[in-house]
Amino acid sequence: MSNQGKSSLALPVGSRDHMLGSKDALITLVEYGDYECPHCKAAHEVLKRVLGELGGKVLFVFRHFPISTVHPNAKTAAEAAEAAASQGRFWEMHNILFENQDSLDIDSIKRYATTLNMNLQRFEKELLEHVHSQRVREDFMSGVRSGVNGTPTFFINGTRYWGAITVDSLTKALEGVLKTIPTRKE
Amino acid sequence: MSSKGTVLKPGTPAPHFELKLSRDKKISLKDYIGRKVILVFYPADFSPVCSDQLALYNELLPEFRRYNAEVVAISVDSVWSHKAFAKDRKISFPLLSDFEPKGAVSKLYGVYKEQSGYSERALFIIDEEGIIQWSYVSPTNVNPGADGILKTLEELESKKK
Repeated sequence: MSNQGKSSLALPVGSRDHMLGSKDALITLVEYGDYECPHCKAAHEVLKRVLGELGGKVLFVFRHFPISTVHPNAKTAAEAAEAAASQGRFWEMHNILFENQDSLDIDSIKRYATTLNMNLQRFEKELLEHVHSQRVREDFMSGVRSGVNGTPTFFINGTRYWGAITVDSLTKALEGVLKTIPTRKE
Repeated sequence: MSSKGTVLKPGTPAPHFELKLSRDKKISLKDYIGRKVILVFYPADFSPVCSDQLALYNELLPEFRRYNAEVVAISVDSVWSHKAFAKDRKISFPLLSDFEPKGAVSKLYGVYKEQSGYSERALFIIDEEGIIQWSYVSPTNVNPGADGILKTLEELESKKK
């Protein structure tokens, strides 16, 4: 009955997820993150470099883990990313939210949305009516069930990554996993 | 009196306690009869690991309540420290003060560290009848998360059916 050592992804990566990279990639990297968490913003910068270096070998997945008591705008930001996703603009909004972490109030978010060539009326309606709150909660609960206890938390091919979130450590960990995967028959 | 190696195990009746919530309000375990209690011992207000841990539990209150469970947290901090901490982190469950005699309730549950003078980072789930159904002690610097709590609550629910 102990939760000690439990460190695997409870909800496998699937079609509901936001994915960046090739679906044929050998490695899947899942992040549970919060747009208002400073450590997640730092991780965002690290990831840009790591994913850049490892090219098509890694599929990156982002799931929401907003802690609203500590980060009052985190849920709204997560719902905004989902509202953008429903118009095919998830990653664009994702980047904007991290880059503007200090201004994630609803008016600022609406302003960011105007730069993304979306149906703004629909975006705002979805945001105000919390159309995507259930989805954000599902992400959050899947994290809780995977033992996520804070942000950011990473899983490499379903196994929790406990190392430092630096370009070096993360790249090494991903390359280490790559080495264990037998190369496909040509 | 040392508490080493005596963390209360499942099946044990939860020892009674009554602790201060504020200068003039006390909370007793008896107040929760008929509900489950997730009893959270933690080392100190404002230390980085427990902040995340308690923020996570605060976020999960609606989930816990679906299982008729409430969160009660205990540390050796004073009511004034708790007050500031709860306000700062917007924690809406009670933070009780195991302050005088220091650590008395933590000792009853076997989770007081004599050497450091803090409570362990420990979790207990107490059922509606006041029996401990699950206990877990985490390394002090590790946030134990909530998957163990939710798993236990689910198991207790399925036993009932």
